[in-house]
Amino acid sequence: MTDTLAMPSAPEEQSIGDAYVLRGVTKTYTQKGRTVQALRGIDLEIPRGQLVAVQGPTGGGKSTLLQMLGALDRPTSGSVQMGRNDLSTANDKELAKIRGVEIGFVFQGFNLIPTLSAAENVETAFATNELPRAERRRRSAEALASVGLQDRADHLPAELSGGQQQRVAIARALVKEPTVLLADEPTGALDEGTRDEIMALLEKVWHERLLTVVIVTHDSAVARRAERRLRIKDGAIKEV
Amino acid sequence: MFATYLRRELSNRKKQSIIIAIGMALAIALVILVNGVSAAVKDAETTALSSVNGVGTDITISKTAKPGSGNQRFAFGSGDQSSASDGSTKLSQSTLAAAMGTATYSSSALKKVKAVDGVSAATATLSLRNSTFSGQIAQGSGTSGGGTTGQSGAGGGAPSGASGTGGSGPSSFNVDSFSVAGITPGTTKVGPMSSTELSSGRYLKASDDGTYVTVLDASYAKSESLKVGSTLTMGGKKFTVVGIVKSTSSDSTTASNTYIPLDTAQKLADLDGKVSNIYVSAASAGDVATLKTALEKVLPSVTVNTQADLASSISGSLSTVSTLVANLGTWLSLLVLAAAFLIAVLFTISGVGRRTKEFGTLKAIGWSNGRIVRQVTGESLVNGLIGGAIGTVVGIAAIVIVNLISPTLSTDGATAGAAGGAGAPGGGGGAPGAAQAASSAATAISLHIPFTGGIVLIAVGLAVLGGLIAGAFGGWRAARLRPAEAFRSVA
Repeated sequence: MTDTLAMPSAPEEQSIGDAYVLRGVTKTYTQKGRTVQALRGIDLEIPRGQLVAVQGPTGGGKSTLLQMLGALDRPTSGSVQMGRNDLSTANDKELAKIRGVEIGFVFQGFNLIPTLSAAENVETAFATNELPRAERRRRSAEALASVGLQDRADHLPAELSGGQQQRVAIARALVKEPTVLLADEPTGALDEGTRDEIMALLEKVWHERLLTVVIVTHDSAVARRAERRLRIKDGAIKEV
Repeated sequence: MFATYLRRELSNRKKQSIIIAIGMALAIALVILVNGVSAAVKDAETTALSSVNGVGTDITISKTAKPGSGNQRFAFGSGDQSSASDGSTKLSQSTLAAAMGTATYSSSALKKVKAVDGVSAATATLSLRNSTFSGQIAQGSGTSGGGTTGQSGAGGGAPSGASGTGGSGPSSFNVDSFSVAGITPGTTKVGPMSSTELSSGRYLKASDDGTYVTVLDASYAKSESLKVGSTLTMGGKKFTVVGIVKSTSSDSTTASNTYIPLDTAQKLADLDGKVSNIYVSAASAGDVATLKTALEKVLPSVTVNTQADLASSISGSLSTVSTLVANLGTWLSLLVLAAAFLIAVLFTISGVGRRTKEFGTLKAIGWSNGRIVRQVTGESLVNGLIGGAIGTVVGIAAIVIVNLISPTLSTDGATAGAAGGAGAPGGGGGAPGAAQAASSAATAISLHIPFTGGIVLIAVGLAVLGGLIAGAFGGWRAARLRPAEAFRSVA
């Protein structure tokens, strides 16, 4: 990895208000009989349309923070406000709905369904069947085209390179037009050249769609491209 | 998406799908076969019983005989003997009496039966046995004075004769015995006549009441070279044969050798106002058990048997197969079915375990628990249906093979209301009495498994049930999966 990536300019138009407001967030869980205090009283505001990078050592609480932001988990104490939604008190059904409409996820390991084609993987993002099938397919094709994979629509994940798989995952995250994009080590499994491609793609969609983007990364080069950098260590967070 | 995802998952996990499908197929095929054999055995039992009770009979009412009752006795008076030129004495006597093991009760019971709700039709019969003792006693034998008294049993064998030695010279006796059923003339819808058809002549009709006319079983008529218009002596009276009937079931014989008007039978057997059996047809097949209870209340001193009760009286290989199917077959099929369901459940749960990351991801992108449960259950259901389809084909193939082989089952000895056994030795010379049982003796019945749409319904039902059970467990496991924990466990 190199540290030569340039800092992007912020989107011309920013939404007003905070995408996230976290107050006194703690998270404790038990793993293999061991109690882990992953977050210790986090206070944080993330304005709408901001590109934020979260860095920190392994086990520092990066992924746990992302899960709180992504409505995947509720804090042990404190509150997580996402727009008008209080994620700390919402029930499972409400959290699933928020995830299905408001949040797009990009994972380090791509997390594509191995038996589905690229287009079908993108289509899984439509968590409900409210849209007609033809419309879902049209949007999926458009999303794939926007990441430059229109000619790989029928390929299975195993038939695609790592970079292509991550592009499919980004298309899946964006196809439902979320307000927030959360990426957990999105370039962690990619080589340097592909990393730049993926980051360029994320920056492009951030610019074009006025998204709030939170990227968890080990890579300082990736982190430096963000508007704002946060460091989390032993469950505590600070601005860099 | 549901169908595409389902199809891709099943085709991608072929090994697991095949194992589940084979397990389900084996279980369903076994259930189909056992169910089919069970139906075939039931049909065979019905066939065996219908030859005795008649096709339309749901319930029979009889009275349990006291031990030793029904033995026929010959009391020879001067009118039954004549002297021959060689000094020997010729004896001949024909008696008509209740068959061995048959108890009689008042015919007023029929009126009570007909008054019970749920009775569609009922008729009474009187089971008798005609025994003709004829023979010659040599001079010097003890036949004078009070006469000779002998005893003949009513049994299940063919009429036979025997000779014995009495006194100073050789004596010979012959005991001819056959079954006689006193029936209500004109009744063919319920009772013994309902499982017969005319070979020649006519059935007894209402105007035959009190007359000496008879209808013969075709086999008996053939063995005795009798035909319509012939005469036959019963109870010392000559009867004119007006019709010959044959069995409509697979049995070669009907319930009795001969049929005569009920009132004539009662008069000749000195059993005025008595009957031995009442045959009842229920208004609804579903109410037989209720009707049985009602009849038992009305007639507390008699035995009320349904076809199911009577089926237990069948013995022989039919009984063996019936027991085998009811016990081993049912339990085996249930065991295999449970094993197949268990395999399906375990594979589904293990499949969900392997797909933790996949389901965690789907939940993360907003799939609801319900949608994931539907996906898992759908996959299990289709797996089950594939197994059900294979199982149906295998089960039907097994049925076809069994029907091609067509194994023969036998019903040994007595069925309902039948009395059998060898007769006791006769008086002077010791003639073993034997008679054909009222019901059929060893009867061979081919096992034919009926193929019905119900079999396919059972297969589909079990396949759906198996799929739903496995899907429910798998879905429950998937629903419990929390996305954050899923990612943590995968990490």
